[in-house]
Amino acid sequence: MNNAEISQMISNIEISANRIRLRVLEHILKNNGGYMSQACSSAEILAALYLYIMKLGPSIAPLTPPKFKGVPGSNNQDYFRGGAYNGPLQADLDHFIFSPSHYALVLYATLIEVGRLAEDALQDFNQDGSTVEMIGHEHSPGVDSTAGSLGQAISQAGGFALARKLLNEVGREWVFMSDGEFQEGQIWEAINTMAYYRLDNIGVYVDVNGQQCDGLVQEVMSVEPLKAKLEAFGARVQVVDGHNVEELFNAGKYHKDGKPLFVLCYTNPTKFIPLLNNRKPKLHYLRFTSEEEKMEYQSLFEELEGMIPWK
Amino acid sequence: MEIVTHPYEKAFIEWSKDKPDVLVLSADLTYSCEVGKWKEIYPDRFFSMGLAEQNMMGFAAGLARRGFYPFLHTFAVFLYRRPYDQLAMSIAYPNLPVRLVGFLPGITTPGGVTHQATDDIAILRTTPNMTILDCGDATDVETVLDVAQLIEGPVYIRMLRGEVPRLFNKNEKMVFNHARALSWGSDLVIFSEGICTEEVLRVTPLVKEKGLSITHLHVSTLKPFSDPQIIKAISKARFGVISIENHNIIGGLGSAIAEIIAEKGLAKRLIRLGLKDTYAHGASQSYLMKEYQIDGMSLVKAIESLINKKLDIFEKDLGKLSLEPAHSLLKVEDL
Repeated sequence: MNNAEISQMISNIEISANRIRLRVLEHILKNNGGYMSQACSSAEILAALYLYIMKLGPSIAPLTPPKFKGVPGSNNQDYFRGGAYNGPLQADLDHFIFSPSHYALVLYATLIEVGRLAEDALQDFNQDGSTVEMIGHEHSPGVDSTAGSLGQAISQAGGFALARKLLNEVGREWVFMSDGEFQEGQIWEAINTMAYYRLDNIGVYVDVNGQQCDGLVQEVMSVEPLKAKLEAFGARVQVVDGHNVEELFNAGKYHKDGKPLFVLCYTNPTKFIPLLNNRKPKLHYLRFTSEEEKMEYQSLFEELEGMIPWK
Repeated sequence: MEIVTHPYEKAFIEWSKDKPDVLVLSADLTYSCEVGKWKEIYPDRFFSMGLAEQNMMGFAAGLARRGFYPFLHTFAVFLYRRPYDQLAMSIAYPNLPVRLVGFLPGITTPGGVTHQATDDIAILRTTPNMTILDCGDATDVETVLDVAQLIEGPVYIRMLRGEVPRLFNKNEKMVFNHARALSWGSDLVIFSEGICTEEVLRVTPLVKEKGLSITHLHVSTLKPFSDPQIIKAISKARFGVISIENHNIIGGLGSAIAEIIAEKGLAKRLIRLGLKDTYAHGASQSYLMKEYQIDGMSLVKAIESLINKKLDIFEKDLGKLSLEPAHSLLKVEDL
């Protein structure tokens, strides 16, 4: 990319990221609750992945999410999979597994923002009979494999990456993760295995927002120093500012070094919505405690809406 | 009685020959699970996953989603007990064709409680999309792979290793969801699985000599459990039903039979032989079978209880019998 193209990319991703946050905030205002801080921290990462980093084909799923038609089973073998929103599974295309399913609202907002999901798809969010579930599963838009029991996506992606090697495919495997997941032992089993089998065709973007359900990661069970730990396990590690688009993009470049790639994106869980700072350290879920608080967010929304190109 | 050495090792090598999409994932028990030679013959399809079973489940899921058939080899307890959430969420929920080859079912190991899969059937019967197959002899071991491979979703196999008796005619393959009828009669019905079947085969001829007519079904498909022979056999049994299993009596073969008796209103008495809601410990198989009452004499006592009569059969009578491979593909309705 030349300088003009890079500037264009930065602008595109930054605008998309803020619009993702606005969509999430708008939804939370309508529904009096939702996962806000996850959008604050991860919006640039997800926008960059979908718009510039991952090589995905066009969505092969309907713009309006289908209704839930039953769990997989021998009587429902061709069930609808949310991965269809990320395009076809193809040798020369990349494949994406979304690990922290609690970020589903942010993922759906991202899919809307990048044109893979209808503008009004969030109307179905957490509604009975809908696939746009509160915690995404593999029938939910953009969710390829069931990963809501945290720490399981990375091993599944490892299996995909190994299959790619066996099939001589050039497409890459991408995973989006959250930092709290690194408390799960399975993660470390997976990294060990990916390094052992030299799976350099896998790239993991981690939203290191320092937040988890109980509060701050460092107070629940610190996972740091993540970079040193990952490197000791045989990974290639890039540490970036998770809101710096150029750093995010450059970190995803392919290296044929036999090492799985981890991009540690240090992020601010109140980015763009400074009002959230009043709720620290518990940012996992935003539910307004009073009409007054809701009004504060409403006026912030109106203010931000005026600042960026919107709808 | 013919004893076959390493029937699984040979059968799996031969079976895999023309199946390039069959992979083996192993968790540091490669030679203990009889896939050491397989690894030497098909090195490009063998993946050592180390002592990391949770991760192995995820890798298997990813490979299966890309068209491969991962055959996971380790001791049974490390396939379902240790990594259960990964097995349920990464593999069973999406109904992926992963084959879980579980060695050392029940008390077939002196390895003690950590190595004894005494609750696997119970746990996996409650796992939707899971199929459970169970081997009772060398013929079962040699022919279970074809049965497993016809299933679209995940399959768990209770596998036997080492020296395995041949109880069933070599040419009579395991059939999916179809019990082997080894004896037939209308006084009582005995259901057995796995290593318990040999115990039953040692007892039934002696009991028949006492004038009782017995149906004996060896069950190799534990889930689904819808073989029509089962209802027919229970309905015919005048005195009632006995189940004998190398497993906790809660949740296994006996429970599955109890559900059928209750739901179909068959109103028969049922005696369940198996581990009575207990863990086991490390000792020889024959010792543990006696201790936990899944041996021939325990079966004799259960029959006596059912018919309310002494049979005068003693321990020394049981060992005498020389078992020859039985014909087992008759159907109950043919009896």
